[in-house]
Amino acid sequence: MLEVREAVVRYGAITALHGISFEVNQGEIVTLLGANGAGKSTTLRMLSGLHAPQSGHIIFEGQDVTKTKAHMFTSLGIGHVPEGRRIFPQMTVEENLEIGAFRRRGSYSEDLERMYETFPILKERRKQIGGNLSGGEQQMLAIGRALMGQPRLLLLDEPSMGLAPMIVDTIFRIIGEIRDSGTTVLLVEQNAAQALRLADRGYVMENGRIVFGDSAANLLTDARVRAVYLGENVES
Amino acid sequence: MKRIFASAHVKRLFSALAALAILELMTGPPGSALTPTAGFTGSFGEASSFFGIFRTQRWVVFLFLALAMYAIWSAWLMWGTQVRAATAKAVSVPRAASRTRPVRWGMAVAVLAVALLLPHLITDPFWQAAMVEQIAVYVLLALGLNVVVGFAGLLDLGFVAFYAIGAYTTAWVTGALPTAAPFGIHFNNFYAIPIAIALAMGSGIILGAPTLRLRGDYLAIVTLGFGEIITIFANNLYGITGGSQGTNTIPHFSLHVGPIKYLWGLTPVPYYYLTIVFVILFIAGFKLLEHSRVGRAWTAIREDEVAAESVGINPLKYKVMAFAIGASTAGFAGVVTASQSNTIFPSSFTLQFSINILVLVIFGGMGSITGVVLGAIVIQTGSMYLLHTPPAGYQPQDLYIYLGALLVVMMIFRPAGLVPSRRRHREIGLAEKGEGHMNEVLTGDTP
Repeated sequence: MLEVREAVVRYGAITALHGISFEVNQGEIVTLLGANGAGKSTTLRMLSGLHAPQSGHIIFEGQDVTKTKAHMFTSLGIGHVPEGRRIFPQMTVEENLEIGAFRRRGSYSEDLERMYETFPILKERRKQIGGNLSGGEQQMLAIGRALMGQPRLLLLDEPSMGLAPMIVDTIFRIIGEIRDSGTTVLLVEQNAAQALRLADRGYVMENGRIVFGDSAANLLTDARVRAVYLGENVES
Repeated sequence: MKRIFASAHVKRLFSALAALAILELMTGPPGSALTPTAGFTGSFGEASSFFGIFRTQRWVVFLFLALAMYAIWSAWLMWGTQVRAATAKAVSVPRAASRTRPVRWGMAVAVLAVALLLPHLITDPFWQAAMVEQIAVYVLLALGLNVVVGFAGLLDLGFVAFYAIGAYTTAWVTGALPTAAPFGIHFNNFYAIPIAIALAMGSGIILGAPTLRLRGDYLAIVTLGFGEIITIFANNLYGITGGSQGTNTIPHFSLHVGPIKYLWGLTPVPYYYLTIVFVILFIAGFKLLEHSRVGRAWTAIREDEVAAESVGINPLKYKVMAFAIGASTAGFAGVVTASQSNTIFPSSFTLQFSINILVLVIFGGMGSITGVVLGAIVIQTGSMYLLHTPPAGYQPQDLYIYLGALLVVMMIFRPAGLVPSRRRHREIGLAEKGEGHMNEVLTGDTP
């Protein structure tokens, strides 16, 4: 469904991505793991058109989208839940969801109802402004807003950042449900253990390179992953 | 001694005295090289009328004002919270009522009726002229700039450029400039309206398309430069614009349709009605825009441009649109001014003018149509009142001191403007707490 080939991203003199290649297949949850500065967020910024790669290609559903502008990605069928949520703080919950359907023609009220079923708390707060929501509610709103664009591929950037463990569980359960309802998910996470338990496959990034990729089950038992990301001592 | 100065009351008293002493000196008679202390002694000594009641020394007036300021300040600190709570409670019922549709329409009709009757109630020729040149036209300009500043959140300091383009276009198509009118025909002023709107809109797009990629301060600087460029062009392109003399042969609006013949300009009143018609059209149009898809896109861009892009909004497209709409409004205002006064000079299109319009928008309430209309009416009426019946010792340039003081007071007590837009009000509130996108705009740190 999504294929990245030898993508290089530079910020001035600094190379953030040294030609990374990976793919996401229909119906999967794929997770990108890596420490701070490994290039995970740059990868997602590239995939949502915020930073075009200097070389390499991004192929989505057989179409080269390397040079596509950021605002066109929703129309392609790629939804983006940005890092730090970035909901519109002065719009009400409902307005936030509605603007997620900005590029769509026709009625979206059915989708709105579906969002409220998925996130009942948002229905309770529909007339409140986004800025007054808690972190977890904002994250749900950001996910709901992206889903309102009817994406076939959803990019999630650190959805668990700064949230209480119980809320993180809820968010991850919902991500699973999103996949089950037919949307492919690319998940960038620091919370490696939880991400790998949910995902089908995973890639590990280090210093702007993808060092290896495997099925999530294998990665969970991989000694290198356990040592670096799951905080376990390999010897013990 | 130290304890006395540490007291908050003494601090406030001294601040009030200092502020009023400065205001007193600044509004006093100017000194000169020969008598450098004349400004000082003169402003303290000169007699002044005290609210028209009795004549006294100027310093007595200002001492009284300083004490009043101290009293209000202290009272506000002591009871401000209660007063605000009480007024909020008192206005909550009428405010809730004012949200219902019949009440709103009723109020709109009442305001319209007053606006239409006004020229018959006020027959002083000064005020009749001021109502067109200084109030109705400024309402239009404030409405236009509100689209740019209030809706889209772009700081435009060169708004005067589009006003000038409108005015010069009128002169051009009516054949009042040294350069030949289009096709050698001296068109009626009515033809100037679409042409001026189109040209202003076009120049808004030409200026906006490359520069609206910039953010915050940079955009302000570029627009400021554009405003200056247009003025300098008008001044220096002697063969085209008439140079610094401008032109004074712009005809009035006139109507010749079969047997109907009508000439605007014998009194300002017909111009007033003409402008009011357009003010209503613009208000209706902007109200619709505000709640349309375009309006929502503007709100999203203003609040968080990156998030707006992530939901599929093209920021550049909607910013250019706001810029073009604002520009065309100013272009139309230029047509009215040029036709009504028959004259235009480059020296009337200054940076000061752009800032004046911005003051109206900020004072009235960025993003609130009712607010900017009311803001323009209040400030312009006040300025005209000071010009028409100046208090003793008042110099025309003193106006800016009072406007500045007014804005400072506004920023303290009503930072979101006279009639704040509900959303903007919250945005500014969040920015004060250091949250939200407005904070990035105010502190200039964009992520």
